[in-house]
Amino acid sequence: MESAIQNISEFVAWLPKVQLAHFLLVSALLFSLGIYGIVTRKNAILVLMGVELVLNAANINLIAFSRYGGLNLDGQVAAIFVIILAASEAAVALAIVLNIYHRFQTVNVDEVSNLKE
Amino acid sequence: MSQELLLDLSILVAILPLIGFMLLIFFGKKLPRQGDWLETLLISSALVLSLIILFQKLTTYNDQTLTLNFTWIDFHNVPGIGPLKIVLGIAIDNLAAVMLVVVTLVSALVHVFSIGYMHGDIRYSRYFGFLGFFSFSMLTIILADNLLLLYVGWELVGLSSYLLIGHWYEKKSASDAAMKAFIVNRIGDVGFFVGIMILFSTFHTFGLQSIFEGIKDGVLPYGSEGWLTAAGVLIFCGAIGKSAQFPLHVWLPDAMEGPTPVSALIHAATMVAAGVYLVARTFPLMTADALTIIAYIGAITAFISATTAIAQNDIKKVLAYSTISQLGYMVMGLGVGAYTAGFFHLVTHAAFKAGLFLGSGSVIHAMHHALHHQDDHHTDPQDIRNMGGLRDRMPITFWTFIIFTLAISGVPFTSGFLSKDEILAGALAFNDLTGHAVIPIIGFLAAGLTAFYMFRIAILTFLGEHKDPIRLEHIQESPKVMTLPLVILAGLSIFLFYSFNPFGAADGWLVNALPRPESVVPSSVAAASPEIFEEAVHHAHTPAIMLSLLFAGTGILVAFATYQWKKISADAIAAKFRPLHTFLLKKWYFDEAYNGIIVAGTLAYTRALRWFDDTIIDGIVNGSGTITRVSSFVSGKFDSIVIDGFVNLTAYLSGFGGLVLRKFQTGKVQTYIVFVVFGVMVFYFVFRLR
Repeated sequence: MESAIQNISEFVAWLPKVQLAHFLLVSALLFSLGIYGIVTRKNAILVLMGVELVLNAANINLIAFSRYGGLNLDGQVAAIFVIILAASEAAVALAIVLNIYHRFQTVNVDEVSNLKE
Repeated sequence: MSQELLLDLSILVAILPLIGFMLLIFFGKKLPRQGDWLETLLISSALVLSLIILFQKLTTYNDQTLTLNFTWIDFHNVPGIGPLKIVLGIAIDNLAAVMLVVVTLVSALVHVFSIGYMHGDIRYSRYFGFLGFFSFSMLTIILADNLLLLYVGWELVGLSSYLLIGHWYEKKSASDAAMKAFIVNRIGDVGFFVGIMILFSTFHTFGLQSIFEGIKDGVLPYGSEGWLTAAGVLIFCGAIGKSAQFPLHVWLPDAMEGPTPVSALIHAATMVAAGVYLVARTFPLMTADALTIIAYIGAITAFISATTAIAQNDIKKVLAYSTISQLGYMVMGLGVGAYTAGFFHLVTHAAFKAGLFLGSGSVIHAMHHALHHQDDHHTDPQDIRNMGGLRDRMPITFWTFIIFTLAISGVPFTSGFLSKDEILAGALAFNDLTGHAVIPIIGFLAAGLTAFYMFRIAILTFLGEHKDPIRLEHIQESPKVMTLPLVILAGLSIFLFYSFNPFGAADGWLVNALPRPESVVPSSVAAASPEIFEEAVHHAHTPAIMLSLLFAGTGILVAFATYQWKKISADAIAAKFRPLHTFLLKKWYFDEAYNGIIVAGTLAYTRALRWFDDTIIDGIVNGSGTITRVSSFVSGKFDSIVIDGFVNLTAYLSGFGGLVLRKFQTGKVQTYIVFVVFGVMVFYFVFRLR
């Protein structure tokens, strides 16, 4: 057991030390995935989900900077603001999507291209 | 009667026919009888007024010249000349007073005659209007006391003559004759105008009296007597044109294309006498040389036209040439210094020549009707060879015609004898004084010729047998309205009206009323003074009577021998002297010569000008047109290719840019997001690299 725990701690010790770059890496990945989702998905719901990913990638950045950078609590407060903002944004965006569905009988963003005209 | 009233009346005399002209031109067709009575009435009142003026003038103001002036234009100070005023006005001396009566009398009689002669004419009212217009113009000439107003009247007379000759302008010969008269007159008028200008440039006035006074004070045009002679001769040029003197006499025979009463009024009695009147008016400024030239021109004219008249067959042509011949006489008379005789002949000639023309008009009228009755439209009603034996059919016309013929031939007891004799005596006196023997010789020859050809037409027309007896049946005496003027004129052709002595007019009222005016030219260049001349005339008087009777009697006898008793065959003589006869028949080839030299020369000149116009001027115009067209073509191409090219290029570029850029405007939010992301990445790298 002890050896197991030892192995785990060794493993943990072996792991590279968690640093700002790792967070930023994850955040960048998450952001890219979010953008990818926004750009490629046809369904408006899925596009909104991509937006959520982007927002959360920003949140990770804010938290990471508050931990490793000089932002301190300010970063965390900003993150909470972003969560609140995301919630309201989701509500408004879903309402829009519902309206779009009522109007066009679809939520495919390619077909809703009235702005073009 | 006061002077002012007399002058006002004389203006009224001139204005009356003008009023008639205005009314007839504008309202003639609407007036009853087309207004012939109106014009006749007006001219008759003018005649009455003229008679009153003449009477008053001779009884009350015999030796005075009544004048009425007004300043027409005041130029104030003209640089180089000084104060300059154009003064117009009228003057009545005995000459003008007599002339007023002559013109209005003949005019009134012609008006009356025309009522019958022109009956049913298509332009009846216009005809009478123009007669009135003519009378007005003629009266202006008579009353003018200055050369400018006289010149205006002169031209108006020319115009009315043109209008009346061309009255039947549908006939080409009539319109041609009208133009010929106008143009030939214009040639003389140019000389007249130059003469006026020579005097004006010296004396700065048109007033005849002022010019005379200037010359009397020793002022000469350009300081030379030669210029004074030139001015006199140039003024006489006007008379050459208007009075049909050699070499400008060619228009008068052609002018017979007009209606016969017009020929009587204008081309026999009054207008052609205007030239003589002009010479009489300007007589004081004529130098001896100028007068000699005038005398020679008159003599040549008298001779040429008298010989031409012998061979003519148209009754009006014969009368036309006899008119020219008699005008030559008058001019010759003035030229030799027989001023009174020349003007006296004008007056008597006006009566009997108007009578001759009206008589011929009466004959032509009758012939025309007879031919019309026979449906004959080929026989010439004016050719004397178609007449003959009209004596019994037209007694009044015949007897009056005989009186006129006797008068023009210079048979005693007629007016023509008195005046012609005075002229011939003057010509003889001129020969005595200066030695120009040609002038009296021509004078007597022409007198004999005149008697011959006048009796020739009288015999051929009225005596002998008519060719066509049926036609003769249709010939009738003209209506009273036409014969009355003939009778009046025949009465005026008797000596009694001019002098109680049938063999000399020297004591008659007319001769006494018109003494020869004093010459104003320097004595070195003046003609023989009136006293010396009168003395010479006195000596020449008896030989002149004898000789003129001899020549006239011979002429009349030859005419009777040839045409009445057939002792001499006219045809045989004509055949023997064929070239001479043809020469006379062709009127001395004046028309041919003028056509060949002047008309053809003018035509060649105009053709040359036309060539110049067609090639050079039109070439320049067309060339500039072509240049403009080419340059505008080039600038058009520049516009459509270069300028439009730029404009189209910018439009094309914007269109192309739009075409490219619209590809990016997909309307899909996702695409925009891709652009945003890439854009941000680009910015990032761009700014990071800095």
